[in-house]
Formats: sequence, C-alpha cells, structure tokens
Amino acid sequence: MTQPVAAPTVRTTCPYCGVGCGVLATPDGQGGAAIAGDTEHPANFGRLCSKGSALGETLSLENRLLHPQVDGAQVSWDAALETVAEKLRAVAAEHGPDAIAFYLSGQLLTEDYYVANKLAKGFIGTPHVDTNSRLCMSSAVAAHRRAFGSDTVPGCYEDLDEADLIVLVGSNTAWCHPILFRRMADAKERRGTKFVVIDPRRTQTAQESDLFLGIRPGTDTALFSGLLVYLSDTGFRDRAFIDSHTAGLDTALDRARQIAPDVTAVAAATGVPEADIAAFYALFASTRRVVTAFSQGVNQSAQGTDKGNSIINCHLITGRIGETGMGPFSLTGQPNAMGGREVGGLANMLAAHMHFSPEEVDRVRRYWGAPRIVTGEGMKAVALFEAVSRGKIRALWVMGTNPLVSMPRADAIRESLAGLDLYVVSEAVADSDTAQGRARTTVLLPAQAWGEKDGTVTNSERRITRQRRFLASPGEARPDWAALAEVGRRLGHGRAFAFDSAAAIFREHAGLSAYENNGTRDFDLGALTDLSDAAYDAAPPVQWPLPKRSGFRGGQQGRARLFGDGRFYTFDRRARFVAVQPPGLAQAVSEAFPFVLNTGRVRDHWHTMTRTGKSQRLSAHRAVPFVEVHPEDAAAQGLTDGGLARVTTAHGEAELEVTVTDAVVPGSLFMPMHWGGAFASKARVGALVRGMPDPVSGQPELKATPASIASVAYRARGFLLSRRQVALPDGWWWARAAVTGGWGLQFATDASSRGVALMVRGLIQSAALPGCDLAEYADHARDRYRCAVYDGTRLVACLAYAPAEARPDWEAAKILFATEAPEAAERRALLSGRAATASAGPVVCACHGVGADVIASTIAGGAGSVEAVGAGCKAGTNCGSCIPEIRKMLAGQTACAA
Amino acid sequence: MATSSIDLRVHDARAETSLPRERLVVIGNGMASLRFLERLTEGCPDRYDVTCVGAEPRAAYNRVLLSSLLGGEVDEAACEFRDLDWYAAHGIRLITGAPVTEIDRANALVGVGETHVLPYDKLVLAVGSVPIRLSKPGIDLPGVITFRDLADVAAIRRAAVQHARAIVIGGGLLGLEAAVGLARLGVDTTLLHVMDRLMERQLDHHAAGLVKRAMEARGVKVILQADTARVEGDGRVERLVLADGTVLAADLVVMSVGVRPSVALAQAAGLSIGRGITVDDRMTTSDPGIFALGECAEHRGMIYGLVEPAYEHADTLARHLAGQPAEYRGTALSTSLKVSGLPVFSAGIVDTPDDAEAIVLSDPGAGLYRKLLVREDRLIGAVFVGDIAEQGACKGLIRSGDPIENVDDLMFGRTAPQPLAA
Repeated sequence: MTQPVAAPTVRTTCPYCGVGCGVLATPDGQGGAAIAGDTEHPANFGRLCSKGSALGETLSLENRLLHPQVDGAQVSWDAALETVAEKLRAVAAEHGPDAIAFYLSGQLLTEDYYVANKLAKGFIGTPHVDTNSRLCMSSAVAAHRRAFGSDTVPGCYEDLDEADLIVLVGSNTAWCHPILFRRMADAKERRGTKFVVIDPRRTQTAQESDLFLGIRPGTDTALFSGLLVYLSDTGFRDRAFIDSHTAGLDTALDRARQIAPDVTAVAAATGVPEADIAAFYALFASTRRVVTAFSQGVNQSAQGTDKGNSIINCHLITGRIGETGMGPFSLTGQPNAMGGREVGGLANMLAAHMHFSPEEVDRVRRYWGAPRIVTGEGMKAVALFEAVSRGKIRALWVMGTNPLVSMPRADAIRESLAGLDLYVVSEAVADSDTAQGRARTTVLLPAQAWGEKDGTVTNSERRITRQRRFLASPGEARPDWAALAEVGRRLGHGRAFAFDSAAAIFREHAGLSAYENNGTRDFDLGALTDLSDAAYDAAPPVQWPLPKRSGFRGGQQGRARLFGDGRFYTFDRRARFVAVQPPGLAQAVSEAFPFVLNTGRVRDHWHTMTRTGKSQRLSAHRAVPFVEVHPEDAAAQGLTDGGLARVTTAHGEAELEVTVTDAVVPGSLFMPMHWGGAFASKARVGALVRGMPDPVSGQPELKATPASIASVAYRARGFLLSRRQVALPDGWWWARAAVTGGWGLQFATDASSRGVALMVRGLIQSAALPGCDLAEYADHARDRYRCAVYDGTRLVACLAYAPAEARPDWEAAKILFATEAPEAAERRALLSGRAATASAGPVVCACHGVGADVIASTIAGGAGSVEAVGAGCKAGTNCGSCIPEIRKMLAGQTACAA
Repeated sequence: MATSSIDLRVHDARAETSLPRERLVVIGNGMASLRFLERLTEGCPDRYDVTCVGAEPRAAYNRVLLSSLLGGEVDEAACEFRDLDWYAAHGIRLITGAPVTEIDRANALVGVGETHVLPYDKLVLAVGSVPIRLSKPGIDLPGVITFRDLADVAAIRRAAVQHARAIVIGGGLLGLEAAVGLARLGVDTTLLHVMDRLMERQLDHHAAGLVKRAMEARGVKVILQADTARVEGDGRVERLVLADGTVLAADLVVMSVGVRPSVALAQAAGLSIGRGITVDDRMTTSDPGIFALGECAEHRGMIYGLVEPAYEHADTLARHLAGQPAEYRGTALSTSLKVSGLPVFSAGIVDTPDDAEAIVLSDPGAGLYRKLLVREDRLIGAVFVGDIAEQGACKGLIRSGDPIENVDDLMFGRTAPQPLAA
C-alpha cells in the first residue's frame, strides 16, 4: 500500500512527457513548492529528469492569464461564458453544428477531455474534435488499431527492465523520456541489455547505443520490411502463434519482399552499411526478449502508421508480444495523450475506445442521453485547420495547446483565424502565440495550471495516476471542465453537465468504459465506476484494463500486459499483419529546397516552452533556437558554427543559430520545435513544415520538409539581461531565455553601437528598464558597446553588443546578474566582458547547474568516469540526462590527453 | 611675506676640504630643489660646494600632502623628506627662513636678507610660485587665506573651528583638496568654481561630474559657475557675495585660484622673463651661469604647476651640471593624482576633437570613468577617474605616438585571467 506522505506534501504527477512520473510537491505557502520524485510511483521510483526537477521554478504567475477576456477586454466569467454560448448557438443555427470545432491537448486532464468530448459529440453535435495528440502519436494509435483491433499498448515499463534487446526507433529517449532511459541503462548494467538506435540523427541516445543505424529520413519501413523477410527466411517464425492468433502474414510478407528483398536492398534504401543491417537483423532474430520502442520519428510521418505496423509485424511473426520483456512499445510524448485516447477526444474516435459502428454510436447516445450524437468521424487536425481557412469552421475552441507554433503551416493558420466568428482559447498563459490570435470574437478563458488542477492522467504504460492540486488557483482561473460544463448548461443541457467535481466526471467516464463492455473492449474501468470522492482523492496509480471485481481497494493494480493469451480485439480475436506501402517522403527535395528539415525536442524544454521557458536551469542548456548542419553542408553553404542562418521552406522561414555537427547526416537539417513568438523572433517550427498527413492516422509529416539554408549576416550580436522582459525593436533577431534573477535575450541586429546606446537610454527613460544609473563602455569606432543599469547598487539590466564576429558570451554576465548587487570588480567585468571570476561555461547538468567548464576541469583534475565526475562536481547525479554529454566530454578529454 | 632675519639659520656641518670647488648656490628649498640636490649629489658628489637657501623656516617638505595635513590625515612629520643630517652628510650648506632679496649678477653674489651675501659660480633658481589672490573688494579682510604652505595650513586650522563655515574659491586640484581637508575637520564647507566643471583643464565634463559627486560624498557643497563679486565683513570676513547676488555666510575663505611663477627676483636681476623665467633645454636661463627649474621656469613657452615636470627639470639639470648629456623636451601634459582618495589621471587632450574617436568606460555608481581619445590608432588623450592603473602605459603611448596594440588592455588592464569574448 502507498504510505501517506506528511502534510502538506502532495503526491501528483509530472506534467511533461508520457512517462508519467510520480512527483511529491511540498508547497512553500508563497505560491512555490519544493519538488521531489515519488519513490513509490511505479513509473519512476523517485527519479525525476531535469525538466521534472525544475518544476518548482515554473510556478510563478508571470505571464499567466488570470481573468476572462472578450476581444482583449477583461470581463466576468459570466459574461465570457455567455458570449461563448451565444456565439456557439448562433454559429450552429446559421452554419450547422459541424461548423464548430474543438482543438484539445494531450496536456488536458482526462476529466477535462471527457467533458469537452461529450459536449461536442453528444450535445453540440459536431464530430470535429481533435487534439495536439494528432501531432504526437496518432499514427501509433492507428497502427495499434490495425494490428490489434484496439488502441492498446501491449506492454509496460517493466518490460524495459527485463528486455535483452531494446530497439529504439525515431526516439531520442535519453532526452525526451529520460527516466525510461535510466531504466534501460539500469537494465544494461544489470543484465547486459543491448541497445540498437535507429535514427537519421546521431542523437545523445544514439551515442549510448551498441549499434546505431543512421537511416535516411523516412526509410524505416524498408528496414523493418527487410527484418520481416529475414525473420521469415531464417527460421524465426513463431508458427504456433501465427497460426492461432494472427492473419494476413502472406500478403504482408509479399509486400515486404517487394520493398526489401534482402540486406543489400535495405542498405541501398536506408543508406546504412550492409554489415550493420545484418548485425541488427541477427541480433533481433536471436534475442527473444526484445522491445521495439518507437516515438515521433516513426509517428510524425506521412507514412507513420505503416512504419508502426512494419515494426509490429516483426513482433507478431516472432510471437514476441504480451510477455515479460518484449513487445512493440509506443512512447508517447505528452502527459495525457493516453487519457485523451481513452475518452475518445480525437476526430476518428467517438468515446471510450468506441468508434462509429451503429451499435457503438447508439450505445454512447443512450449512456449520455445525447440529443445530437455524431455518427461519423470528424476532421483531423490538419484538415480541421484547413477548414478554418476555407470558412467551413466558424467557431473554434482551443484548449491547453499552442497550434500557432506547433501546427504545420502555422503562419497560414494564424491568418485564417481572422475569419472565425468565434475563437475561444482556454489557456494558463497570456503570451502564447495562440492566446494572442484574434478572430471576429475572441474569448480567452483562464485555465488552471499544473499544481492547481485536479484530476487524472494516463501514461505510456496505461497507468492512470491522480494529478493533484497543491496550490490555490490564482486570479479567476477555473478547471477547464467547469468552463465546458457551464457552457453545456447554458446551451440547455443542465442534467448532462451537472458535474460538481472531477471525481463525478471520472465516475461517469469509468461507467462509459464499462457500459455494455463484457470484455469486448480493451479499455474497461468497470472497477472504478462507483469510486467515492474520498477514494478518488486517495487513489493510487493503476493500470487498465480494470474490469469490475478489481479496483483500488482490492489492491489490484490492473494488468501489466495484454495479448499474452493471444486474444486481440478484432472481430475474430486475431492480430493482423499489415502490408505496408513502399517508403518515401511526402515531398522530395528539389533544387530550390535541397535539404530535408528534421524537427524535434531538446533535453530541457517542453513543447512551446510556456512552462519550461520560465526555468533558468532548463533554459541554460540551449538558450537559442538552432539548426544542426553537417560540416560538409556547412562548408558548402558558407555557414559557421554559432553564426545565424535562414532556413526556408515553401511555407515559411526561420532564423536560427547554426550548430555544425556530424550528428546530422549530409543533406539533412535539424531544428528544435520549442521556440514560439514569445521566446524568439522567428523560430516557429510550425511555420516551416508542410505537414502532409498520413492517409490512415491523419498525423502530419513534421520531420521531413524540403528546405534551403543560407547564412544571414547581421552587423552585430549581443545579449541583454534584465529583471523584467524587454521588447526589442522589429527587425532584430532575438531569443529569450529565463536566467537567474530575470530574463536574458540574445540578439543580432543591424543597428550600430551608437544606435543601441541610444536605445538603452530610451528604454531607461520609458521605464522599460527601471533604474537611474547607467554604466557603460562605448567604443563606437570599433562598434562595441556594453552597459549596465543600476537602481542604487542593484543591477537591473546589462547589455553587450559587438560586431557579429566578436559575439559576446553571456555566461559570466549571467553569474554576475544573479548576484543582484555586483562588487566593484564585477561591475567592471560587466563592462569589459572580461571575467572577474572564472566562468562555469554553458550548463550541462541542469539539475545541479553545473557548467561544461566545471566538468572539464573536474575531468582534468583526474575524474576518469561518469561516477567520478559526479562525485567531484555533482554533475549527472540527479536525473542523469546529461550523462551522455559527460561521457562525450570524458572521451574527448581522455583522447586529447592520450 | 617678509620673514624676520632672526629666523635665519645656517646649517653647516661640512668638513673642511682643501680642494677648491665651484660654488653652487640654489635659491629655494621646495620639492624641485630637493630632488635636484639629491640627483646632483648622486651624480657628482664632490664637484660642487653647494649652498641651498630656503625662504620657509624649515627644510623641503612634501607639499602634496598639505591637504592631508589640513584634514588631519597625516602629521607634519609625515610631510618631511630629508632631515638636516642628510644635508650635512652630502656636504650641503642649508640656510632656512632666508628669503633671497637680490641677485648681483655682475659680482656673482646672492643677497640673503640684509646680512648675508653668498658668492656663486653657478646659480640655480628654484623659487617656485606664489598663489594668486583675486582682486575683489574685501579680499584682504582677515580670514581670507591662500593655501600654499605649512604656514597657510596652520592659519586655516586655527580658523577652522567646529561649526565654522568655510568657502573655498577655486575648483582646481588644490582647492578641491583644501575643501575636503576642511570638511574632514567638521567644517561646513562650500567650494566655489567659476567654470562649469571642476578641474576643467584636466577633466572632461563626465570625469568632472564624478569628481564633483566624490566631493559631495565627502561633505563638500559645490557651486559651479560661481563668480565671486566681493567679500564682506566687519573687521573680519563674514560673508561672500557672488556676482548673481547670492550671499554665502563665511567664517573663513580659502583662496586657491592658481599660482603664478615667482619671477620678481629674476626680473630684477635682468634675466629674460616670459610668464616664468625662460630656460632652454638644459634649464639654462639667459645667463649661462644661472639655471631655473620647477614652477618658476618657463620652457618652450610652457610653465608647469605640478611636481612631475619639476622633477624632470631637476633630473635634467643635475645631469647637465654633472657634465652629462641632458636635454629636457617638455613634459607631456599629464596629471595623476588623488582628489582626496579618489584617483584621477589626465593626459594629453581632454575634450574630444572632431577628428578623434572617444572610447568611454563609465560607471558613475562605482565612481569609475575612463576615456581614451584615439586618432588613427594612436592615443592622444586619456582621462581616468577611480582607477588609474593603466596611466603609465597611456602616458607612454601619448608621448611616443606609437600605435595602440590592444585598446582593451588599456581600458581594462592586462590582468584579467581570461577574456570572455569569443
């Protein structure tokens, strides 16, 4: 049994990735909280990654949306909701209910998701309910359904502990699911588990692998088709399993043979050396306990569903599914993508893992008492936003997500909003790109943030965990479900939306999952349908399915694995092999756009940074949006490491700092997805990608957009550190990052040092930089300028400006800025740009704030292993996600010494 | 000014010597004179029969410390350079409290008071300068004092009783130091300066502003563009009236509006005179047997009011009189000093000319200011306040006209362990 924790510590879950780690939050009574890993949570057993560890730094109310607004004016909740209800009624009356759309988020709680889905699909009568999970794992959902007849993750995290081979496909697990990667690393340590990493990028995860296959973008199905052929031809078919529990092998195998008849063909298609492919195939074939974990590299593709099925095919042919230490495993990106799938908050689902067969529609209609139940699929994200621009959708309600940064062709979407009759945004922050969009009528509804909201989430292994409140709601923020239910009541559906608590919603949700189920649907929470409010509050983490006769109180934790009995959720209970299409990118490179633009995450940021962007620790790892370029391409294009480049696609452009690295293959570029308009001048990934959707899942291709790259010359580079955010003039390149004690901006500009000096004076006069004493160093003849603004002895801002080739480094200035009132020598150092004390270098270990220079000197001082480095300077001893970087430094420095 | 002859003392402990030597008489025993004597006795210990005659009643002392003495930071002993034994040991006859009244070039004699006559073969004039007194009504009232020597310090200290109100006229270095010294004694002190900034010949507006801030931080009220109209009082100074009508109560007025070379003696002797006693590059006056150095000398049209050029004069003349090659080419205008603890350095051009670029480091809150004036990669001027560590390098560059190697090193110093700029 879970031990109670001492008040006021609250058990909750991390709001970031799909690992779903347990968190202990101890509020400090002043709006903040101390954060620790929950040692009893089965996902993480007390560990937290850098992002989770820094949650306490993200609780400030700076940039929060605290009051409802209609068209920019603060109004009461009553007025705001009345506007929403009235406009929804009007749109439905004039254009029909299917002119209304909801765009939800994998970061909503299950209860919020449930009420939104119910309101839209049962009572307003629009099927157009989709979610940012469409961008995340809808291809995995589709692959699951094609293979298993249900959206079922067969295995669990324990399988990672018990596997002898872990194949990671399109997954930078070390950075994006760090706690799972720690479990994998422990398994390697304990039982010698081998890692094979398949990725067009040599990621941090790849650097930890036993075998790295750096495939060409989009060629995953060739690799796994080849594997299927190999397994079939070399005697690794599990005949009994295939015969009793599957269908469709012959067709699938025929197709696989066409795509990848032999290792030579696979090598030609993927660009990977034959020997490496052969080694992978042999390893896979000879290892029974194999988990193939896949993530966005598979999903975010115009062929994502086929990629998923090509992987699942290999597990089905070997019968490696549903038992300890094996199976295909979709690692989800969001904290509650799974919860959203469970309630059916996607356009191609109805509710509770039911779809649109007449029986299913009728069952849900009866359960809800729904007057306007929808009878077919709605538009998926890409189509939904295209319908906005075509005027087909007249009212759009966005909840808890930032599509104006993350959706493909985001610039076009931003423009199309103007045509909406009603645009509702339920948001926690006021400055997201999406919250700043405008339509004919725009309503902003203040949402509760993590720590304030209360409900449940489901992680990648089907584990439902309570996310609990430990902070009071600021301003007028309300639960999203409350806003939705109130609109439902105002639309005349009082009884169906009489919810007074998250627990009540959860009971109804659990009830629907069990309603006329009788084992026909995987998703069944029957044991939880009569959970009392108190039991809901105290509920420990459980894995579904949880049919009646199990439950929290009985000590049953649900089921760790499915399909061990070979019974799937297709009509004939057999799993399906799927014949996949030959691999190919949706768009080919051309003379104008000769590079393939890949996108993804960095270690310490999450989505569009609305939360992680507040943490100085998390912002120290990568402070500016960047583009990775192979050294050969960089040389050919005249790009230099640290310089700026413009990346252009047919849809938009971004200006990014160049990182020259052989982690990307020639011909391919990589840019992070995180930087929106609040954090950078021009780095929104969504503006660049076309996002051609997968024909089955509708998930857009985000990782292979044809692009060009060219150096951008600005006259000067520099940085500005300030206590409060400062806006820079139009035409400047900039990126904002949280720093200790305030905000940092790195910038590039064509303004002269004289012009910048004048601008600083203007900022002081306009009170944008409050302070009275301006200290400065000006060498306008050499175009150099530095200044510091003091309020008494307190440093309120400092700026450095130099010609682009002499770009000022901000590490030392950040340290001085953190000290609040620098001493005389430090004041001088701010103006000279020369160190008053040794700089720690760019932060590597975000948890303990240890910089590269400190680690380097620890290594130079004799620390020869990751452990010794940790003992010496604490780096890598908490979440461990920097260990690959430390190891790289160890290797580099040892090589130098040798 | 006349010092009673009974104060005259002859300090002569020289051993008798048989060798006839050239008689060298030095008039004046200030800092320049002493440096000359030191260098001369090092360079040619026995060549001259040296007599030094000083008007003040004691041997040369450190005039630079007068303001510290005034403020009570140091005592008189700390101002001493060489005791009488030193003069004796180096064969120098020292006569103190003895203003020279006449030079008889025809007979090569120097008259001291009415009683002594000193024959010379060579004569060195190191007679310094006299403080300027404004010619304004009431300026001769008791309580209006100049600030030049130990006697002035004593007079000021007598008047500077607790709660007294003092006005210092003159925002040059000496005036600032007098004002700070007074403020340190607890005197309510106001500094008047006729220009729009302090030390305008050495400092630009920004640096002068910092110095003003430093003065104010030390308790001195500063009034700029303050033109004194008159001093008033019934038998003693009671108030000072400015040209704009402002009336300032005063128990003491210290005048520090500059100095003028002492030329009366030389003029009377018929030597060539400009603003000072004109000398050539070997410090020789129009009479080849008579030399001048220090603040009384005018070289290539320049007169100097600072100790550094005076020391260079002394070095040059000592070498010349020792028979060594020596040539003085003037001292680059540079000042480095501490305005009551605040280091200030100024060299070369002060205000930025149109054809030069200024590089400026300014941190008013930290009392720090540095300006380098650069023309075609060459340093032509420098003004530092607060930290003057790189003054030597700057002076050298201004003097040599060599191209600047690393302007950051000049601005920030060489000692920083690691540059941050990539």
